[in-house]
Amino acid sequence: MPTTYFQQSALRRYLAETGEVWLFARRFFREAIRRPFEWRELLHQCYIVGNQSLFLVGMTGLIMGLVLTLQTRPTMEDFGAEAYMPAMVGVSIIREIGPVVIALICAGKIGSSIGAELGSMKVTEQIAAMEVSGTNPFKYLVVTRILATTLMVPLLVIFGDAIALFGSFLVEHVKGEVSFRLFFNKVFRQLSFGDLIPATGKTFFFGFAIGLIGCYKGYTSQKGTAGVGRAANTAVVVASMLLFVIDFIAVLVADIFFDL
Amino acid sequence: MEPLIHIANLYKSFGDLDVLNGFSLDLFDGENLVIVGRSGSGKSVLLKCIVRLLEPDSGTLQVLGQSVPALSQYEMDHLRTEVGFLFQGSALYDSMTVRENLEFPLRRHPEKMKGHVVEDLIVSTLKSVGLAHTIDMMPEELSGGMQRRIALARTLILRPRIILYDEPTSGLDPITAKEIIELMLQIQKEYHTAALIITHDMDCARVISNRMIILIDGTNYAEGTYAALSKLPDPRVQAFFK
Repeated sequence: MPTTYFQQSALRRYLAETGEVWLFARRFFREAIRRPFEWRELLHQCYIVGNQSLFLVGMTGLIMGLVLTLQTRPTMEDFGAEAYMPAMVGVSIIREIGPVVIALICAGKIGSSIGAELGSMKVTEQIAAMEVSGTNPFKYLVVTRILATTLMVPLLVIFGDAIALFGSFLVEHVKGEVSFRLFFNKVFRQLSFGDLIPATGKTFFFGFAIGLIGCYKGYTSQKGTAGVGRAANTAVVVASMLLFVIDFIAVLVADIFFDL
Repeated sequence: MEPLIHIANLYKSFGDLDVLNGFSLDLFDGENLVIVGRSGSGKSVLLKCIVRLLEPDSGTLQVLGQSVPALSQYEMDHLRTEVGFLFQGSALYDSMTVRENLEFPLRRHPEKMKGHVVEDLIVSTLKSVGLAHTIDMMPEELSGGMQRRIALARTLILRPRIILYDEPTSGLDPITAKEIIELMLQIQKEYHTAALIITHDMDCARVISNRMIILIDGTNYAEGTYAALSKLPDPRVQAFFK
């Protein structure tokens, strides 16, 4: 019996929280189109989100490109297909690996940072202080952060993809003596709009999910400093899981419209 | 005289826990009304209801003649500029400098500048609390007492008519606490504000109060001046004065 009780209780909590996230997202859309707009804070948050993750995304992209090429090359050589390496790596990185891995890195870096920051502001009553001074804290803190992640994650993914392709080129250049021009010619010849548009489009949803979950967890955090830690932690876990769900849906939709 | 804050039969509960049980008060212009009560007696809940950080379950709650629960969000935001709130932990925005902390509410309510330059208002308000030199410092660089003063300056920058103090001297050493109390009196003279102060600190209550309310079981258990209450032969009241 206890198992059933806990299962029901966990299910109820899950459903209740899903509903709360939905209401939180609805409030975001409502507040985002209402004046006044916090342009200055939005630009500030875009700078923080971009600047904070640039080095990490660059490093991840470079290693991703190096490792993918190093590990795939021997197999391609066995089949005498090493000439297809740039095309294969390009499609893999642009379509799937780049967006998902870099979004996961962003979920860890940005999602936890937003969750912890807002959670800490909540428990130290800074959010309440904004509210009692006649300022809408949701608009100032939440709307700007969600918009910033929605706009910046795609740019970070494009940057990370470019670095990953460069990493792949480095391996190809050393092992196969492929020139920079030939490598990127082969990459771009293989890519079509069907690869680029869904891959870039889904990163906006990734950014939105990272911002939404980070803000929701932080803004609604409770139970003091322990709650702040929990907010940061669950922001990463939930956002990461959500990224895979969004990715799956994006692949299904892309398959319908772009005949992958 | 019309009260600035009028509360009658206010009820607020959290689940099965009744916190406010028909509490009533009137705060008049220029008055310092102190509410004392034990921890968990609902003092902070009362202040949060006044600025609508919490919604009361029932009762009358009017601030400057306006019914707080009935106001739209826009009207409430406007009303909040007339009611300053000093939080127990100061609640300074820790990612902003002192200047930015004071600038933050002012930029969002430019009507409150009344032709003044932002910088002049910030400097003059900081001078009022004796901390003009901290203008470019971060909150973490300030002591607890200084943070409380800056929080008070941030409250004053919108020139409110009423200030709500939530435990203004808690967590401070006796000397700093005395300085904060003196500052509160000075602020009242300079800015002509009314104040609703909740505290455990009976020294603070003695020095600052014109009138006091003892909050027990969510109601006004006793009411009067400090001198009158201190002589009341009720053990539950006397417990606060020992």
